[in-house]
Amino acid sequence: MLEIRNVTKVFNPGTVNEKLALDHFSLTLEEGDFVTVIGGNGAGKSTMMNAIAGVWPVDEGQILIDQVDVTRLAEHKRARFLGRVFQDPMTGTAGTMGIEENLALAKRRGRGRFLRAGITKKEREEYREQLKILGLGLEDRMTTKVQLLSGGQRQALTLLMATMQKPKLLLLDEHTAALDPKTAAKVLETTDYIVNRDKLTTLMITHNMKDAITHGNRLIMLMDGKIILDIRGEEKRSLTVEDLLHKFEAASGEEFASDKAILG
Amino acid sequence: MNVFNLLNALPGAVAQGLIWGIMAIGVYITYRILDFADLTVDGSLCTGGTVCIMMMLSGHNVFVSMLAATAAGMVTGLATGLFHTFMGIPPILSGILTQLSLYSVNLKIMGKANQAINVDKYSLLVSLRHIKGVVFYRNPIFVVTLGIILVVLVLYWFFGTELGCSLRATGCNENMSRAQGINTNLSKVLALMISNGLVGLSGAFLAQYQGFSDVNMGRGAIVIGLAAVIIGEAAFGRILHNFGFKLIGVALGSIVYYIVLQVVIWLGADPDYLKMFSALVVAFFLAIPHWKKKLFSGALAKKGGGSHA
Repeated sequence: MLEIRNVTKVFNPGTVNEKLALDHFSLTLEEGDFVTVIGGNGAGKSTMMNAIAGVWPVDEGQILIDQVDVTRLAEHKRARFLGRVFQDPMTGTAGTMGIEENLALAKRRGRGRFLRAGITKKEREEYREQLKILGLGLEDRMTTKVQLLSGGQRQALTLLMATMQKPKLLLLDEHTAALDPKTAAKVLETTDYIVNRDKLTTLMITHNMKDAITHGNRLIMLMDGKIILDIRGEEKRSLTVEDLLHKFEAASGEEFASDKAILG
Repeated sequence: MNVFNLLNALPGAVAQGLIWGIMAIGVYITYRILDFADLTVDGSLCTGGTVCIMMMLSGHNVFVSMLAATAAGMVTGLATGLFHTFMGIPPILSGILTQLSLYSVNLKIMGKANQAINVDKYSLLVSLRHIKGVVFYRNPIFVVTLGIILVVLVLYWFFGTELGCSLRATGCNENMSRAQGINTNLSKVLALMISNGLVGLSGAFLAQYQGFSDVNMGRGAIVIGLAAVIIGEAAFGRILHNFGFKLIGVALGSIVYYIVLQVVIWLGADPDYLKMFSALVVAFFLAIPHWKKKLFSGALAKKGGGSHA
């Protein structure tokens, strides 16, 4: 489904701020995989996401989605394969546009945009049904400007938008990190529901070890632009936070120091 | 100070306000919808006027000439758009580069610094000579109002289409737009073309109205456009929420601007200061959101309750 081959990305090359963000990074995802990604700050988690999404070109390596080489494809062209939810709730939606208008934009992802109606009556009914899934009452506020919604509501809406057109790969970049615990749990629940319903191949970055363990069928840990842990199958199912910490220490040779990752 | 002098001047002010209103709607598209301060307008207004006048002088029909003026305006928008997207030049500088080159282009099209057109010899659509004493459908106020309604209807339709929605999304949130598969560069170029097409059309009206095209006629146009947008929003923003009405609000803002200008002249202000006066008024209004934010956050800090943003 997704194949990242030997991808390298250096930021600010040749300066004092030079940072090797991805170091000959390779990762292969099978169809239907739900992979959670953990790692400290600067480990390369978001860089990996952005490399897949094509936010900037990578220095080396290849990225294939469903056997299609997308390494040189512009960000907006790759969008046809990808559903994305970002950490900042402001990033995923157009604040000055209505809820239904945002959904209509997402509905047209991967299709040409011409002089047809931006939203039709029939679509509105469809969106109303879809919004009910979120259980936030947004189906009664379809024309409300998105900037008036809370962070959690915006993230839930972005999730719906990302999966409106079934993506080949769903990229969740710490999409619950900016939310309060209760809202975060609700958004995660919705995430699980949609991913299971549509059998989506998913990559989810999280700061929360518990979430990383309880969700998905595979867990990877990144450090210094490389995968240092890759746990799947039965091992993943029986994993505990303590196991993960021991494994991390064994793999990296240092103690896992981030309180946030443990307590998260 | 005779009140009748002022009243006498008002119809002219309204007509001018309406003509500049078309340009202001163009500015609204870039400044508000695309979030791109486009200085091309200072040049493209003149390009529109120049193309229209030269086409008519060489015997073309007035509608064909105005269509050509609009197209010429769109080409100037294309230039700015390519400076910005293809060459990666910041928005303001892209506009300035186009504006400067248009000075030469406009001079070359006219062959000299200005070109007059005689309303008696050519069938102009609007003229300041028709502001009084003609049947109502020859009156520039009527003609330009009709033009604005037409423009607003077309824009209202367009910004409701898939393509129009993608332009609005681009102006609002580029990251989201690209994530949803919108080619944001294309959106920007397109919006700049539409905007400057309208500015060119406005220039075509203006040149006919005043009976000449002048290489300096667009100087400071962006400021007038911004003034109209700001006045339109301040005066009518609370009552006009529909997109189409917002555009009409901008045109009304332009009329208010010209009436205020007329009053200031009537009060005996030195006309040499008018441009500075306009610039300061616009600066003041642009500062309001900034001051509001500062005041607001200051009040929060004093309460000691500024927990998080």
